[in-house]
Amino acid sequence: MASLQRVFGKNVGYWLIAPAALWLGLFFLVPLLSLFTTSLSDPSGNPIAGYRLTGRFANYVDVIADYWPYFVRSLTYAGIATVLCLILGYILAYAIAFKAGRWKTVMLVLVIAPFFTSFLVRTLSWKLILADNGFVVESLQWLHILGEDGRLLATPFAVIAGLTYNFLPFMILPLYASLEKIDPQLLEASQDLYASPWKGFWSVTWKLSIPGVVGGTLLTFIPASGDYINASLLGNPNTQMVGNKIQALFTTAGDYPHASALSVILMVLILVMVLVYVRRAGTEELL
Amino acid sequence: MHRVGNWIGKHLMITLGILVLIYMYIPNFVVALMSFNDSSGSRNLYQFQAFTWDNWLNPCAPNGMCESLKVSVEIALVATIVATILGTLASFALVRHRFEGRSTMNLLIFLPMATPEIVMGSSLLALFVAAGMGGSLGFVTILIAHILFCLSFVVVTVRTRLAGLDSNLEKAAMDLYANEWQTFWRITFPLVFPGILAAALLAFSLSFDDFIITNLNSGTTVTFPMFVWGSAQRGIPMQVNVIGTAMFLISLVIVAAGEIGARRRAKMLANR
Repeated sequence: MASLQRVFGKNVGYWLIAPAALWLGLFFLVPLLSLFTTSLSDPSGNPIAGYRLTGRFANYVDVIADYWPYFVRSLTYAGIATVLCLILGYILAYAIAFKAGRWKTVMLVLVIAPFFTSFLVRTLSWKLILADNGFVVESLQWLHILGEDGRLLATPFAVIAGLTYNFLPFMILPLYASLEKIDPQLLEASQDLYASPWKGFWSVTWKLSIPGVVGGTLLTFIPASGDYINASLLGNPNTQMVGNKIQALFTTAGDYPHASALSVILMVLILVMVLVYVRRAGTEELL
Repeated sequence: MHRVGNWIGKHLMITLGILVLIYMYIPNFVVALMSFNDSSGSRNLYQFQAFTWDNWLNPCAPNGMCESLKVSVEIALVATIVATILGTLASFALVRHRFEGRSTMNLLIFLPMATPEIVMGSSLLALFVAAGMGGSLGFVTILIAHILFCLSFVVVTVRTRLAGLDSNLEKAAMDLYANEWQTFWRITFPLVFPGILAAALLAFSLSFDDFIITNLNSGTTVTFPMFVWGSAQRGIPMQVNVIGTAMFLISLVIVAAGEIGARRRAKMLANR
C-alpha cells in the first residue's frame, strides 16, 4: 500500500487498528477493571452516587456462601445443553457437509434463518409448546413417559431444552466449517485399507473435526452459562441460574458490589475452564 | 454388513439432519401461527383461540411496541455502520500489515466473544456508574455497548474473507499498470465486499436482538426485545408474533435476492 504509506508513514497498520483497539480498550478492558474495583467496594453506596472502594474482599465470601448453588446449576445446565447441542449439531452439520449435494447452500441458509425472528419471541413460544395441556405433554402422558400430572414447563428439563434450542446454531456453524474442509478421499482411503465405516468415521472424520468441536462447544457453553432468559421464562424459582442473580442484584436490588463479585467469579470460572479444555483438546491455536 | 453400513451412511444421516432442521423451525412455526391468533377475551395467551387477520392489519395496536421497534432499528443501524467500519479497517491491519502487538490485538478481539453477555453488560454498567453516568443511561450507552459486541464478530467475518483472497489477482492488476488506489477499489474491495456485507448483516441482527447487555445499560430507553420482555410478565400481545414473522420473511427475501443476484452475475461472467 504505497500511497497509504506516503500519507501515514510506515505505520499504516497502527492507524488502521487504532480505532478498534481504542474502542475495545475503553469499553471492554477498562470496564472489566471497573467491575473488579466495584466488586471490592462498600455495598452501602448507591448507583447514582457511586460506591466507595474499600478493598472489601468479604463481598466474595458473601456471594460464594449465599449463591454457590446458582453456579452449580449454571454450569450443569450449560454443560448438558452443550452436549445435546453437540449431538444434534454434529448430525446436521455432517448431513449438510457430506450428504446435502446441491442443497448445501439452501440448508446452510435454513440453519441461520430462524435467527431472524427475535430470540425472546422464539423462547416464549416454547412456553406454548411445552404447556401443561399442550400436545407434547399430553402425548408423553399417553405414552406413560410422563406421569398423570407430570409437566415439562417450569422444570429443569424446559430450561435445558430452551438453552439447547437457542444455542444450537452456534454449534452447527463451526462444526460445518471444519467438516467442510475434510477431503472425502481420506475417508475412501481408510475404507480401501479395510476400516469399517464406524472406524473410518472415528479415525478420520471425527479427528479432523476436533477444531470445530472445540470452537462449537465454547461458543455454546460460554453464552449458555451466563444466560438467564431461558431460566426466567421456562423455569421456576428453583431453576434460576447465576445470570438471574447477577441481573436481579444489579437492576432490582441495586447492590452493585455483590453483583460485580458474582460477575467476576463467573468470568474467572469460565476462563479457567476454557483454558483447561483447550489445552486438553490440543487446540491452543484457536485462541 | 458393509452394505447395511453404506445404506445407513447414505440415507440415515440426511434424514436425521432434516429432523434436526425441523426441530429448529418448530418455534418459528408456532410464532407464525400465533400471529393469527385472536386472543381477545381469553386469559391464556399461550394457546391458540380463534383465527383472525386483526394482528396483521393493526400491527402497531399495542401501546409502545412500534416506538420500541423504531428505537431498536435506529440503534442497530448506527451500531452496524460504526462496527462495520472499525472492524473492516482492523481486519485489513491484521491480515495485510505486520506490526508489533498483532497477537495481543487478536486476543483482544477474541476475548469479548468468550465473555458471557452478563459479564460484559455488568462491567460496562460498573464503568458508567463509576464515571458518574449512572443517572443518564440510555440511547448512547446502549449504542456504545452494541458497537463493542458487534465489533469482534465483524473482524472475524471480514478477516476470514480477506485471508482467503488470492493475492495474485492484485499482483496481476499491478502488472497491468493499475496504481495502488485503482487496484484497491477495482480488485480488492469488490472481492472483500461480500464479507463486509455478511458482517454488517450479522452485526445488525446481533444488535437488534440483544437483550442481556441492553437491559443492564438502557436506563429508561425501551428497545424491542425489552418491550417483549416487559410484556412477557403480563402476557405478550399477539402483534409481537407478527413482528417476529415479518422480520423472518423480510430477511429470507433479502438472502434469496442476494443469492439470485450472485448467481445471475456468475452466469453473465461465464457467458462473456
